[in-house]
Amino acid sequence: MTSKLNLDAKVVASARQHAANIAHDMQDFIDRHTTVSTERTIVRLLGVDGVDEVDNPLPNVLVDHIKEAGALPTGAAYLIGNAIVQTGKTPQEIAEDVAAGKLELTKLATCSQEEAAEALKPAIKATFERIDAQKAKREEYLNTIGEGKEPYIYVIVATGNIYEDVVQAQAAARQGADIIAVIRTTAQSLLDYVPYGATTEGFGGTYATQENFRIMRKALDEVGEELGRYIRLCNYSSGMCMPEIAAMGALERLDVMLNDAIYGILFRDINMQRTLVDQFMSRVIIGYCGIIFNSGEDNYLTTDDAIEAAHTVTASQFINEQFAVLANIPEEQMGLGHAFEMDPNTEDGFLLELAQAQMAREIFPKARLKYMPPTKFMTGNIFKGHLQDALFNLATVWTNQSLLLTGMLTEAIHTPLMQDRYLAIENAKYIFNNCRHIGEEMEFKQGGICQTRAQEVLAKADELLAEVESNGLFDTIEKGIFGGVKRPFDGGHGLEGVCTKGENYFNPFIALFMDHE
Amino acid sequence: MTTCATTQVDLTKVKPYGDALNDGKVQLAFTLPVPYGEEAEECAKQYAKKLGLEEPNVAYYCELTTGYTFFNVYGNATPTIDYTAIVVPKVEGDVLDRVACGEWIGENIGRDITVVGASIESDAHTVGIDAIFQMKGFHGHFGLERFKNVVPYNMGSQVPCEKLIAKAKEVNADAILVSQTVTQKDIHIMNLTKLVELLEAEGLRDKVILACGGPRISHELAQELGYDAGFGSGKYAEHVMSFVMQEVQKRGWEKKANIADR
Repeated sequence: MTSKLNLDAKVVASARQHAANIAHDMQDFIDRHTTVSTERTIVRLLGVDGVDEVDNPLPNVLVDHIKEAGALPTGAAYLIGNAIVQTGKTPQEIAEDVAAGKLELTKLATCSQEEAAEALKPAIKATFERIDAQKAKREEYLNTIGEGKEPYIYVIVATGNIYEDVVQAQAAARQGADIIAVIRTTAQSLLDYVPYGATTEGFGGTYATQENFRIMRKALDEVGEELGRYIRLCNYSSGMCMPEIAAMGALERLDVMLNDAIYGILFRDINMQRTLVDQFMSRVIIGYCGIIFNSGEDNYLTTDDAIEAAHTVTASQFINEQFAVLANIPEEQMGLGHAFEMDPNTEDGFLLELAQAQMAREIFPKARLKYMPPTKFMTGNIFKGHLQDALFNLATVWTNQSLLLTGMLTEAIHTPLMQDRYLAIENAKYIFNNCRHIGEEMEFKQGGICQTRAQEVLAKADELLAEVESNGLFDTIEKGIFGGVKRPFDGGHGLEGVCTKGENYFNPFIALFMDHE
Repeated sequence: MTTCATTQVDLTKVKPYGDALNDGKVQLAFTLPVPYGEEAEECAKQYAKKLGLEEPNVAYYCELTTGYTFFNVYGNATPTIDYTAIVVPKVEGDVLDRVACGEWIGENIGRDITVVGASIESDAHTVGIDAIFQMKGFHGHFGLERFKNVVPYNMGSQVPCEKLIAKAKEVNADAILVSQTVTQKDIHIMNLTKLVELLEAEGLRDKVILACGGPRISHELAQELGYDAGFGSGKYAEHVMSFVMQEVQKRGWEKKANIADR
């Protein structure tokens, strides 16, 4: 592809190489560690589900039991495999026995690692059959009823009640939405467990639970069949339970998941060691399951300046791309994030936004770029807000973005009303249709404002990546380079759930999930 | 008739203005949970009349989804308000700009003023607290980190009330600033109330200046909840700091940098 912005391919390659080195460096750290949430993910993937009599999820009960016995470095896979060998029970029965205080995993006789791995095979097989069936079902839908064309129209529902969410989501799909994201209740990212069952109470969103995923999946399949268009479901594989939620998404056929360790570190103050280890486990699952992951770079611009800090977004996209490569995620599933967040009073601001959006498209040509609408400078003046969103929609279609987080005129006032979503989708569709091929028709002036801007941002991103490579990613985050937010290596939530892997440790799922085209 | 409209306004009987005084023009956009059709249009018209609009005109309506219809309605409002009788509680004192605030503190307080801020409890939004604290500020209004003679601590979001209070004690804060963005189901009221109750329980309530802010927060609401001041949208770091520093002087805390002395 020739660059319309006249970007220097050598600078792009240099930036990408720095990012690859950064990711490899981190991967060495990741490979040596595990976390309580990664272990709970293994437990879930072995078929353990449900809660004990005081509503503690059984995966937590089991992994807490292991941790209290000081056996976290051995890992849940060996201990459950061993328990199967010693007791002949299933992982679910073992979890129930542990919850009832009838079984202590670390007090059993021990088998070899090979025997434990062998004993896990039936449970693993059952899980992969379920996941593969979900993948096949998505393929079947895409091949029969089809899908909307890109940019996919992505809207949120956030009522707090999953049944009310269903009404809103189906209405949004009928109005033209291609992707429905169920916003989580505001405090969920810091919960160190995943709540269980259908929920009807949340603040600013609805709990991510496996049952809620199932309810919404069913509703979207129904409305998709009615409309003759597959409706994708999005939720959050992020926060303290990042990989567990990825596993739930795999089992319940989610299509898009927000997943970005750096976002969690910066904006939710989750410990960096914890969430980088968790991110790897979640990304191998996401890669295998055909889920598009969304990274959270767009958020940097809500705390940092969209003009001055544009290169930090690009640099972070390169890093997220390389983390995804290490988890064997195809480019088409990389939903790298960026945003339209410049101060609307900026002269030629639209040209700068357009340049950056086009630059992201050229650097990541196959990625499913996720483009975020104005939020920071939305004021409550809904009439101007609708126009700001219109300019955003124009940049989106012009630069061929993939996922349009549809801007709402009532941003900064309330979570979207049914009519807000209608007006927002109408705005996007009008502009997409009227300007469908504008990107193919228009070229950028040689040495003009747009080309100069994009080249400048790319060069600064490359410089920053070189600096991150020499300092390491941990150090960079400690210094507050991303989003202007500083986070310490040993600070934040969840550090107590991280440990170095022991001698007998194994995670049977990594290799199996990595094994796909 | 070329006189300015305002000269003819009877401020004891004010109603909306479209293009002629007292025409009462208002525009409404709303949704009714009824199927699209002529009955829906009539329903919207009747509803507008019940809201006190004369000659309602359904300018546009369409189906949002089966069973829901959206309307854009114009009408002439009939009620009037006595503008002269309105009283709005406001934060007292003068508002100085950033540089003047720094100088004022230097001259009048003679020591640094310490403020601690956070978006508390379940609220994960940092946008409000960052607008007040961060060096960069918001919309060209620099944050407290760029003020002279001010020592700011921004604890970020999802900070438990207990942790915020502990920090205020640790650094001998003159003021605690709380941001709340999420207001669904009045969660902000619950969070803000919790902080006041904890401060009272610890005997600290009158030993710190307590202010809150957010898009849905007014000075009046803040005072009802037991705060000294509330700052809504359009208020920046200089508004907050102007209030805090004058309050420090009013309370005679110039030589009382330590909470224990107040």
